[in-house]
Amino acid sequence: MFPNQYKVAKMFVSILTHIFLMAVAATCLFPLMWMVRSSLMTNDTIFVDKSLIPKAIHFENYYLAWTNGNFGIYLFNSVVYTASVVFGIVLVSSLAAYAFSRLKFPGKNFLFYMFLAAMMIPLPGSFVPLYVLMSKLHLVNTRMGYILCMINVGLSLSIYMLKTFFDKMPSALEDAARMDGCSKVGIWLHVALPLARPAIAVIVIFNTLNVWNEYILATLLLNDQSLMPLQRGLMVFQGSHSVDYPLLMAGLSITVLPVVLVYLFMQKHIIEGLSAGAIAG
Amino acid sequence: MKKMFLTAVSLFFLITGCSSSTKQASTISIWHWMTDRQEAFVKLAEQYEQQTGIKVKFELYAPSDIYSRKIIAAAQARVLPDIFGVLGEKKKLVAFVENGFVADLTEEFQNDDAAWEKSLFEKALDVNRFEENNIYKIKPGIYGVPIDVTNIQMLYNQTLLAKAGVKVPPSTFSEFLDVAMALKRLGIDGLVSGWGEVWMIDCFASNYAFNIMGEEKVMATYRGEVPYTDEDWIKVFNIFKTLRDKKALVDGIVTKGNKYAEQDFALERAAFAFNGSWCVNVYDKMNPDLHYGAMLPPRINMERPMQIWGGAGSSFVVNGMAKNKPMVIAFLKWLTAKEQQAFLARETKNLPSNREALSNIPQVLSEFASSMDMTTHPSVWKYNEAPLVIEAFDKGIQAIIIGEAEPEEIAAQVQKVKQHEMEKQQRQQ
Amino acid sequence: MNTVNVKKLSIEGFRELLGSYFFIFPAVLIFSVFYIYPFFKIFVLSLQEWNGISLHGQFIGFDNFQEILQDGVWWMSMWHAAYIALIALTFQNALAFALALSCDRDIRMRKFYRVVFYIPPVLSEVVVGLIWQWILYSGMQNGEHVGLLNYFLTKIHMNHLVHGWLSDPKTALTCIAIVHSWKGFGWGFIILLAGLQAIDRQLYEAARVDGAGAFSIFKNVTIPMMIPVFVMVMILTILGSMQVFVLVLSMVSQGLVYHTEVPVTRILTSMTDTSRFGYACAQGIVFGLILMFFSFTLNKVSKSFKQE
Repeated sequence: MFPNQYKVAKMFVSILTHIFLMAVAATCLFPLMWMVRSSLMTNDTIFVDKSLIPKAIHFENYYLAWTNGNFGIYLFNSVVYTASVVFGIVLVSSLAAYAFSRLKFPGKNFLFYMFLAAMMIPLPGSFVPLYVLMSKLHLVNTRMGYILCMINVGLSLSIYMLKTFFDKMPSALEDAARMDGCSKVGIWLHVALPLARPAIAVIVIFNTLNVWNEYILATLLLNDQSLMPLQRGLMVFQGSHSVDYPLLMAGLSITVLPVVLVYLFMQKHIIEGLSAGAIAG
Repeated sequence: MKKMFLTAVSLFFLITGCSSSTKQASTISIWHWMTDRQEAFVKLAEQYEQQTGIKVKFELYAPSDIYSRKIIAAAQARVLPDIFGVLGEKKKLVAFVENGFVADLTEEFQNDDAAWEKSLFEKALDVNRFEENNIYKIKPGIYGVPIDVTNIQMLYNQTLLAKAGVKVPPSTFSEFLDVAMALKRLGIDGLVSGWGEVWMIDCFASNYAFNIMGEEKVMATYRGEVPYTDEDWIKVFNIFKTLRDKKALVDGIVTKGNKYAEQDFALERAAFAFNGSWCVNVYDKMNPDLHYGAMLPPRINMERPMQIWGGAGSSFVVNGMAKNKPMVIAFLKWLTAKEQQAFLARETKNLPSNREALSNIPQVLSEFASSMDMTTHPSVWKYNEAPLVIEAFDKGIQAIIIGEAEPEEIAAQVQKVKQHEMEKQQRQQ
Repeated sequence: MNTVNVKKLSIEGFRELLGSYFFIFPAVLIFSVFYIYPFFKIFVLSLQEWNGISLHGQFIGFDNFQEILQDGVWWMSMWHAAYIALIALTFQNALAFALALSCDRDIRMRKFYRVVFYIPPVLSEVVVGLIWQWILYSGMQNGEHVGLLNYFLTKIHMNHLVHGWLSDPKTALTCIAIVHSWKGFGWGFIILLAGLQAIDRQLYEAARVDGAGAFSIFKNVTIPMMIPVFVMVMILTILGSMQVFVLVLSMVSQGLVYHTEVPVTRILTSMTDTSRFGYACAQGIVFGLILMFFSFTLNKVSKSFKQE
């Protein structure tokens, strides 16, 4: 094979790849740009003016969205809920997934399939018995009640994902640690978790998004406005009949930001995950 | 590291430990779904507290379908607030009353020579009323308080109609078709409506059913005495076939939710709309330059009047197990009094339920108000159709509109479902 | 049995077991309270005719389930969801995998792409619904097409392709499926990328040293290592697609007769429009059982692949 031909082919593939990636990226960026551009307009121009950069820019929409939507307290709540739930899920599911993957005990398969089944059977009317139960346990209208509920929501999927990743891990490092006299918990903490960093990052990203965007359960279980998450603030702009589109878009833009930040931070772990772990041991 | 963890954990428990506030003796709790009115409600609550020292807490849970779920869950757990709303068909109110969740307000309404009852629009009260010998076997009386009224009519765009040389909106159905065709020649679409939401189709079809055959025959059909294959019902189905054949409808009308249909009319993409009085608020926000007016759907049968759907827009009920019912009911009386109603009408551009509160409202809104006498509503009818039949009916009309079926086929299909439902009812009795 | 073994079982074995159960205890506890308990209640409800409000429902045995078997619209909705799942499995996951492969290597701007591809899943359904409604709009105003897609087609002189995308029953479901795939490929992308990154680079090195070409490495190293991740992504795609409904509602509302009904919209109709809680619960259970059947079959099939 002539070296030149090889180089040309490689460049050709590279260019094609880039065009492909750019095209897909464009379709992803378009809605985001539309959202931001709309947030700077007014209700009567938002659907009429098709230009990408609006003629009159209304930065005050963001200020209005923040104040009208009471974003301060709602943002605080969302952060508390998301952080607690994600931490709780990572802890609980990594313990369980490790056990399902590496430990032996009776009922292991049965329990695991039960968690799997939960992912597949949606319980449409479950909010009624759930609410009655929470009411009896005095967990209605409490942050703790909502957090526990949300931990359950993300549990099955997280356990499933983590177990799949744990299964793939080579057991050499664990065996070495066990021979060094490390306890089960120690192995889990010092060997399994670091190795599964990419998977844990995926779970963090996934659950962060789910809890951050959750609204239905929050409205059901919480009564006081002071306990409501960010999505409640967005509801203010979506009246029963008229929607305040610019403020809604501004509110959505504000809401999207933290999630993207979490993703930016976590995706590094997906990438740098294993190579660092394996070498450091 | 460990210290940080411990402080985080203790902070966490501090935050989450805060649970709900305790209820004070003179507080009224109200759960509602009306996003647009929360601000106005809170202002009124402050006023009331100043006047009487009683605290009123308006809590908003939107949108309405999630609100309904919360109410159902709270009912099961017996933690309903003092005042709430029962959304949906009359049957739901029946269930709430039967199980003691909703208080009977008849006595209060009839106090002082029925002063409260007379101050509100009769049609609005009818929606919350159970008549003598009602089929639900509920003790006759009034069980809810309407806080606004609404009705659903046709809207027309004056500017677009003028382009086709039409200065006066059509008053008969054939005139309407002529206008729609003239507009189509100019490249303008005719009628848009939120017919992606099946209840809107039901409303339109029901209006014309009443016009063509009269309420009695429709009730007879619901009782099962008249089949849907009757020629009058075929006439109803034919309306949609005609609209389809004359291309008087916007493309994709059966996929449009009400919000998108409102967008279309506000942005002048269609000359006619079929929508409720709440649309005034929406259209004015989206397009302040829109020149439009309200009109009754143009009649087919000139010997009968056109009756539109309307009545109470939103109503509040009192918790049957509330601790201090007189206090709660007193607040509702205040809320529906003339000044408060006028305030709400001004602030939220909705029609008041108090007869004397109609003062400064926008032109189009008063056009809606003037038609309140011609309103009817499923909640006030003696009989209601079974939900599965309604679904078959509405979906059948959608099929006619997109050209997949003809009126006769649909009539036969709906009748089949109706017979199935009748048999099921007989088995359960 | 040896007496020695019995002793081991009683003390050390017991402690081992307890230790293992400690790992799954929090998960099982939370799960039992928030899922198992409501599940039993739902199962009981599925055997009743209940309007959601009365204190007690009316016991009707398996009548609800019998009715589901004869409910033509229900099975149509299942097929619609399966169709969406099929498009997602092929189109969405192929796209996700292609993107993940591209970003796995050291190409320029891969950090940029990694962020951008995650935007669709993050966007709220409100925005996605609005945008795609606008793109697929089929009406005209002042002689011009309002919808972006039709407008674009007229500009490049392909007028014969102009279509009522969301209003034509033949294309509506496919459009919804494509938008769903567009919104979801970001997830597949991240998971597949994580899976690719988790492959030990040393395996690649070893293969290259053995003289294997790019395609051979792909076939013999990448694919086998990725099979469990593929299976997981497939199962998650199926589950996510079968449970789609917010997107359907925001794009075609309740409309288009029964052409765009999916199982969850049917369940919601039973719950709210017709107030038949018991029936809705039965539908949920049937739905779940079918999904379970498919997932476990998929799992079994993939396990047999692994053993080859």
